[in-house]
Amino acid sequence: MLKLITRRLAWSVPLALAASAASFLLVGMLPGDAARSLLGQNATEQQLTEVRQQLGLNQPLVLQYWNWLIHALQGDLGTSLINKASVVEQLNERLGASLSLIIGATVVSAVIGVALGVRGALRGPAGKIVDAVSVLGLAVPDFWLGLVLVLVFAVQLAIFPPTGYVSPALDTAAWFDSLVLPVVTLAVPATAIVAKQARDAVATALSRPFTRTLRAAGVPEWSIIYRHALKNAAVPILTVIGLVFVGALSGTVAVEFIFAIPGLGRTAVEATSAHDFPLIQGVVVYFTLIVITVNLLVDLAYGYFNPRIRLS
Amino acid sequence: MTSHSVQPEVETVPASTSPRQRWGHALLRQPTGIAALTYLVLLVLTGVFAPALTTTAPDAQDLTMVLTGPGAEHLLGADTLGRDVFTRLLFGIVPSLQNSAIAIAVFLAIGVPVGVVSGYLGGKVDQAVSRIIELVLAVPPIIFILVVLGVFSASPAAAMVSLGILAAPGLARVVRGATLLVREELYVTAAKVAGVQPLRIMATHILRPVLGPVLAQATVFAGISLTFQAALAFLGLLNSGEHPSWGGMIGEAAQVIAQDAWLLFPPGILLALTVLAFGLLGDAIRDLSSGEVAPGGRVRKRVRKSNPVIHDVGSETALLKVRGLEVSAVGKARDVVLVDDATFTVRPGETVAIVGESGCGKSMTALALLGLLPEGTSATGGSVVFDGKELLGDGPDPYRGIRGSGIAYIAQDALGSLDPTHTVGSHLAEVIQLHDRDSRSGRRERAAELLRQVEIRDVERVLRSYPHEISGGMAQRINIAIALAGRPRLIVADEPTTALDVTVQAEILRLLAELQNTTGMAVLLITHDWGVVADLADRAVVMYAGEVVEQGPSDRIFLSPTFPYTSALLSAEPSRAVEGSRLPTLPGRVPSPGTWPAGCRFSSRCAFVQDVCLVSSLSLSWDASGESATRCIRADELVPEGALVP
Repeated sequence: MLKLITRRLAWSVPLALAASAASFLLVGMLPGDAARSLLGQNATEQQLTEVRQQLGLNQPLVLQYWNWLIHALQGDLGTSLINKASVVEQLNERLGASLSLIIGATVVSAVIGVALGVRGALRGPAGKIVDAVSVLGLAVPDFWLGLVLVLVFAVQLAIFPPTGYVSPALDTAAWFDSLVLPVVTLAVPATAIVAKQARDAVATALSRPFTRTLRAAGVPEWSIIYRHALKNAAVPILTVIGLVFVGALSGTVAVEFIFAIPGLGRTAVEATSAHDFPLIQGVVVYFTLIVITVNLLVDLAYGYFNPRIRLS
Repeated sequence: MTSHSVQPEVETVPASTSPRQRWGHALLRQPTGIAALTYLVLLVLTGVFAPALTTTAPDAQDLTMVLTGPGAEHLLGADTLGRDVFTRLLFGIVPSLQNSAIAIAVFLAIGVPVGVVSGYLGGKVDQAVSRIIELVLAVPPIIFILVVLGVFSASPAAAMVSLGILAAPGLARVVRGATLLVREELYVTAAKVAGVQPLRIMATHILRPVLGPVLAQATVFAGISLTFQAALAFLGLLNSGEHPSWGGMIGEAAQVIAQDAWLLFPPGILLALTVLAFGLLGDAIRDLSSGEVAPGGRVRKRVRKSNPVIHDVGSETALLKVRGLEVSAVGKARDVVLVDDATFTVRPGETVAIVGESGCGKSMTALALLGLLPEGTSATGGSVVFDGKELLGDGPDPYRGIRGSGIAYIAQDALGSLDPTHTVGSHLAEVIQLHDRDSRSGRRERAAELLRQVEIRDVERVLRSYPHEISGGMAQRINIAIALAGRPRLIVADEPTTALDVTVQAEILRLLAELQNTTGMAVLLITHDWGVVADLADRAVVMYAGEVVEQGPSDRIFLSPTFPYTSALLSAEPSRAVEGSRLPTLPGRVPSPGTWPAGCRFSSRCAFVQDVCLVSSLSLSWDASGESATRCIRADELVPEGALVP
């Protein structure tokens, strides 16, 4: 198990490096000029040259990346060009809202998706219904669903606030209320994906010969489904839950926009339209680190559920 | 040899139908796939002929009609600038699909070759590609596309190309998996041996069978790319030029959501329907390419025939009485009978063997006794009485209290019979708990006792082991221990040693015999091995083509079989062969269910066949002692003649 952890951790390092380098190159290709973003349109050519010198913008891109990387490894992702605030501080402030959303959506979709999937894997008409629900859930665009939810539950029924986010430190109940609609928005397609995968995986496990042996030994059906089939189906289900998490991370871009939630996704949109290079680069780093962490957790969970992986 | 001479015939259909026709026929059986395809074709046509189908221009403003709902003048209403929603929707079709086409083209152009090359070449190339795929998949695509949109000033084409690139690794993975399967096919090996260039093999032999999954993935991805571009347009990140876009329309509607919600629905529903159509079409293609077209027929409620009245020996003292058991595969057109009129008895403590070639219905009979028939098959007639209780009745769960503690079961696949995610100890603890409501330590003690009973020495280590850590022989011992946990009165063992090494086989059989002696349980042994019958069985039941053709004490059957099939099987038994003489074989094969001859089912292979055998068959006829029965219509002539002595 320890060996597995070290191996996965070791692989995460080049992964993070490659992702940050790729994004640095891309961001370096962005039109516009960091110096001009800083000084505004009225800056003189001499001022621009000076600032470029200061920021190291005249250096080759590789060297710029190296400098950035050295700082990044020390936890310094630079300062925003627009508001001059520390990128790390800004992003840490916004991390909570995004994580609340993503974790909420992942948990909701995992619980409901697995329950639906198990139901669908059993004989009878439930399988068809689960299929239909998951096809529908996948077809409805999440951002549109978010708007419809706002329309029904905020504008018309006024049960939940239409927009905004309240930190749980301030008011837990308000925090919960502010999360319901965005979490549901992200969770609907995610649930469909999990249900479909869980249904296939549990059905496959139920068709394996050991279920017959267990039934013959008098093991009750609930145990065959939950103790045995579900545990055998855990690896593919976990894989898809990991994918759903990453999908929800991408989904925050639109959902935080609709619900006016100050999170990483909205920061990404704002930073790109403002050409705030250090901030964009910072968001990429945060996104990538979150994905790598989740993949690592998923890999470790594989080991827990599949003894063969644990030992090899 | 040219590559053409090794061209494989992949299609297994008659030459009269081309592959395309076959797909066409199969597609017809998928109503949702047809509906989705029809919708998409209509959508494309509507988009292409949008100028002819509408009366106004998409950006023509009519400020007197701002935010009017659906009506005569504006079919789907007018938007915030008084533009006709219907017209704008129609004019949005072609640009949306064009954008998706860009993404799909990139997706395929990268995903397919990378997947095929990686899967076909394997080794270092495959490893490197897998690593790169992993890397790209670790990056959330949206964030990179945001940056790309910044670089390329909100160009939809740039966004779609990036989406295609970032999604391609997912396709490459699927293609690689499919390629790995195809690579091992004989015709690919044949092409390799014949010296066909690798590139040519990949382009022809590999690509064609991989096409199904690729097409399914591409269709689903079409839906994803539509949603994605709509989301970007909604966020105002795409510069769509003067064309209206569905996502942009949803964005405009969102601005006025508090005043007028109507505008939200036409573009949203059209988008959802289109994505739905792509999804359903993808599912249909996937099912077609994997040959999994769902049968359309309904499953009939099982109708059981009345129980035949049979008086044979030991009915009073019998532990298990099987009478006229019929097992059928429930098909959509008709039911196919797999086991027909199986009748036999097992008395307490005795060993009865069911013997026959594969495909005779032995396993089906065994599974029917336990009510564990595979999906699509069911017991359609007869009766199974265990310890005085009818098991084929309609009561609520007639097997409650029978499985495990009355009848236990050992399968052929010893390792596959254990759950790979549970330890041996966990398996045993679960079944022990079912039968003995013991304390935790009591369960542990009982588990150790059971393992000692099946002659496992290293008890503690084995209890901690997972199934993949033990050998097949060990696994079968554990299966026996699991079967013993409920102290059953009958064990049904379905070819328990067939999958094991020869040396292990003997040990397991000896163990079974010993356990039977010590516990006094009865054993119903399914086997094709006469050696096993000779060693273990008190009585033998010979099955052929789904029916019992002969039964009786094993000694009598070995000496003087009363059915030609038994006689032929025994003669073909290597262990009984006379040294130096040629081993007789039994030509032909068991007719498969549904193709059984009208008369005697063995008539097509029988050395003693006469005209009478082809027209009439006999039900089992019992001898005076009630111990033996045969289904041979000529037994009365053949047996006294000694014609059947093996």
